[in-house]
Amino acid sequence: MRYLPKSPADRETMLRAIGARSIDDLFAPIPAEYRLQREMRLPQQMSEPEILEWFQKCSRENGKGLPSFLGAGAYHHYRPVLIDTIISRGEFLTAYTPYQAEISQGTLQSIFEFQTMICELTGMEVANASMYDGSTAAAEAAMMAMRVSGRRRVLIARSVHPEYREVLATYGQHQDMPLATVGFGDDGRVKMTELERALSDDCACLVVQSPNFFGTIEDVPALAELARSKGALLVVAISEAVSLGIVRPPAEADIVAMEAQSFGVPLGFGGPYAGVIATREKYVRQMPGRLVGETRDKHGKRGYVLTLATREQHIRREKATSNICTNQALIALMANVFMTVYGREGLKELARQNLAKTAYASQHFGRHGKVLFAGAPRFNEFVLQTAEDPYVVNSRLLEENIVGGFPLKKFYPELGNAALWCCTETTTRASIDAVGAVLARAQTKGKRRPEPEPEVVR
Amino acid sequence: MSPVKKATRHVNQNEGLIFEKSSAGKAAWKLPPLDVPEVDTAELLGEAERADLGHMPEVSEIEIIRHFTRLSTWNYAIDLGMYPLGSCTMKYNPRVNEAVSRFDGLANGHPYQPERISQGALRILKTLTECLLEITGMHAITLQPAAGAHGELTGILLLRAYLQKQGNPRKKILIPDSAHGTNPATAAMAGYAVENLKSNSVGMVDVAALAAQMNEDVAALMLTNPNTLGVFEQEIHKIADILHDKGGLLYMDGANMNALVGKVRPGDFGVDVMHLNLHKTFSTPHGGGGPGSGPVACKDFLEPFLPVPVIVTKADGTLGFDYNRPQSIGRVRAFYGNFGMHVRALAYIMANGPDGLRQTTEDAVLNANYIRKGLEGVYELPYKTPTMHEVVFSDRVQAKKGVRTGDLAKRLIDYGFHPYTVSFPLIVPGAMMIEPTESESKEELDLFVDAMKSIAEECEKAPDVVLEAPHSTRVSRLDEVAAARKPVLRWKPGP
Repeated sequence: MRYLPKSPADRETMLRAIGARSIDDLFAPIPAEYRLQREMRLPQQMSEPEILEWFQKCSRENGKGLPSFLGAGAYHHYRPVLIDTIISRGEFLTAYTPYQAEISQGTLQSIFEFQTMICELTGMEVANASMYDGSTAAAEAAMMAMRVSGRRRVLIARSVHPEYREVLATYGQHQDMPLATVGFGDDGRVKMTELERALSDDCACLVVQSPNFFGTIEDVPALAELARSKGALLVVAISEAVSLGIVRPPAEADIVAMEAQSFGVPLGFGGPYAGVIATREKYVRQMPGRLVGETRDKHGKRGYVLTLATREQHIRREKATSNICTNQALIALMANVFMTVYGREGLKELARQNLAKTAYASQHFGRHGKVLFAGAPRFNEFVLQTAEDPYVVNSRLLEENIVGGFPLKKFYPELGNAALWCCTETTTRASIDAVGAVLARAQTKGKRRPEPEPEVVR
Repeated sequence: MSPVKKATRHVNQNEGLIFEKSSAGKAAWKLPPLDVPEVDTAELLGEAERADLGHMPEVSEIEIIRHFTRLSTWNYAIDLGMYPLGSCTMKYNPRVNEAVSRFDGLANGHPYQPERISQGALRILKTLTECLLEITGMHAITLQPAAGAHGELTGILLLRAYLQKQGNPRKKILIPDSAHGTNPATAAMAGYAVENLKSNSVGMVDVAALAAQMNEDVAALMLTNPNTLGVFEQEIHKIADILHDKGGLLYMDGANMNALVGKVRPGDFGVDVMHLNLHKTFSTPHGGGGPGSGPVACKDFLEPFLPVPVIVTKADGTLGFDYNRPQSIGRVRAFYGNFGMHVRALAYIMANGPDGLRQTTEDAVLNANYIRKGLEGVYELPYKTPTMHEVVFSDRVQAKKGVRTGDLAKRLIDYGFHPYTVSFPLIVPGAMMIEPTESESKEELDLFVDAMKSIAEECEKAPDVVLEAPHSTRVSRLDEVAAARKPVLRWKPGP
């Protein structure tokens, strides 16, 4: 086997040194009755070209290269070449968690820079080294708010990503965490009158997302003020990180739970991504996940270490702030490189392009349907209601090799034939125009054409 | 002559924080021209518009490459040498895995793209689940959990949902005193009280104590097998029987599954639910702390409770996701898990085949026993029980000279090795937990044994050399107490 650095003679020598007659001696502790007496039924050893070919075929059968208008928590942004160059260095790729600070300064310093940039972008005072993804970061943020406030009830806006809400429900089911939702108004934002009624003195926190699942930017200062008036914390989830280039940061929040995928992480069919939790300094000891801090070594030289570990499972066991151990370090490094490449001016310009493409598309598509939630600002997504079922619209588009928006029926049946459309800087005017043409045809001739079979229902 | 054979000191570059290189007007980016009309951001965003981006850096491309390349040279890595961290399974990360995970259709597939154009990704997920079920001997599996601890939570939620359906979720989880910290932390997150289970004199579960502690309040035992001493729980069948007789379940922490693959299957020795760490046993890179992947495999009776969605073969023969699972515990993560890690793990399984995986297990166990033999008598071996894939020594002999496990570990750095796992498992005072994995050649193991012997000699002759180690690194013995007392968790511009 090509990954194993031993010759048969090496193995013999080593067995002799140990005093074993054969390798079976070393497996004697396993009771014979349980030992596997046959070869496993798995694919036979494959050569490198065979492996490449097998996966190349899978890749070809996976929507390769089609222009797409899908967002909904996973965004297609351009990834600077530097990202893969840097994360492919074995010293980053094949290093362990930086517990041994002396030989992990590269990882540690890069995480410290990541934490700093997340603070700059979110308006928070501290940020952790990463969580699994945005959905688990949001769930852990709610649980953190319960610890900080000493209260149990959690309110979550219906305009938060539906899968984030599902994850929160899973995490909270045995935490004695009553969970309630707050609806959205005609402008797509959290309905303030409903929120006022729902906020009670036993609320640990209100969880919102901004830009929310519909792409609408929430009025974070107003939400913070209302939450605070009832002694509840405000948790703001962000699933489209590029929005931070041009949208006011949620500085009034108590906790920000962010998905950093937009910062140079490939879509990768849903993962790996990187979540982050950022908060105020005074809550840091209730924060889950790893943290890197600056310190000095015995000669007074600046260096970095993992710190405040007494929050974590390997020290506190069942009293830890979370069970999280492995996080998403290499993905956080991708985001770090992305943020460094674009920096102070580039991120703004990038976000502006997203805004412009989306404004163009919504204006264009609005002629063939109704753009919902027009009363509030949005970033790079919008909801379009059409006469036709969005699955049918998407089938028409797929015939033209375009992947349409995300149908909302499953999660928001009250919105009727609505879909969530996303444009990023990678969306071309030509593809927007092509969608416009299909929508126009559907509008005018759709009734006379035989309807194609609706695409999969999900 | 220096006793250090594996490493030589070598100039490496200094490098400040990226913010210290920043100045206005430098840039590493350029966007294509906008092909749609410009917009008035103030008009579109109103009060939601951002004023500026504070202290985000402004640097050029060459500076970024140098910055991160310099930082990278300050790290130890598997690519540089042996990483004997016990329980962490730092094995070689094959590069073909990286290549296939970057294929366009896989790297750029959107999780919500129609199933009709997702058949490639679905086939990968389906094939991996089939392989993992064959390897573990279990019946059903979810790939959604993002890491081992996440898998633990998923597994405990599964068994809780099952027990709840039987009428009583029960109150507590039994956890051996040798367990990873994630186990008790997980039990707490799933709403269970934790009860400690003492190990016996040979480092295994004390079966009599288990029988005494087991009752109708106990939901499950979370067991790592082989345990963190590298010892196979020989009475595993009795353990499973004791639990099952009282209606409890056996959860296996699969962190050490690399000692079993191809030799024995947890599904065959009484395990009801378990997680795997694809970043350990199945070679996906640790990346400085993640991403991992923690699939959870279970027996049939737990299958209805798996997280949504599950992969199904539809009537027309294509693959798809099934969301209609009324008994599901719900989602544990958005989308389908760390798909990129699933791709890598499958490529690893394919490269090995059944015989390669078995040989891998054998070599891992051979390597651990070779180290044990080489260091026996030099360091104390608190448990003489046969070793599987890892071996735990203690610093008892060296402590008499005032040198502790943490010091020995730091000295190992000077010898060109990453330290072993320090002070774990907790049942061994002064623990030195060593796991070489199968990726080490005899030469590298000999160098390691040699280095450990040399350090033991230094403890006798010149303990200060060890106490003040490491001597050859950029920084040495960073002040962790000060870091925690007054945390500085981000850079701030000077006054």
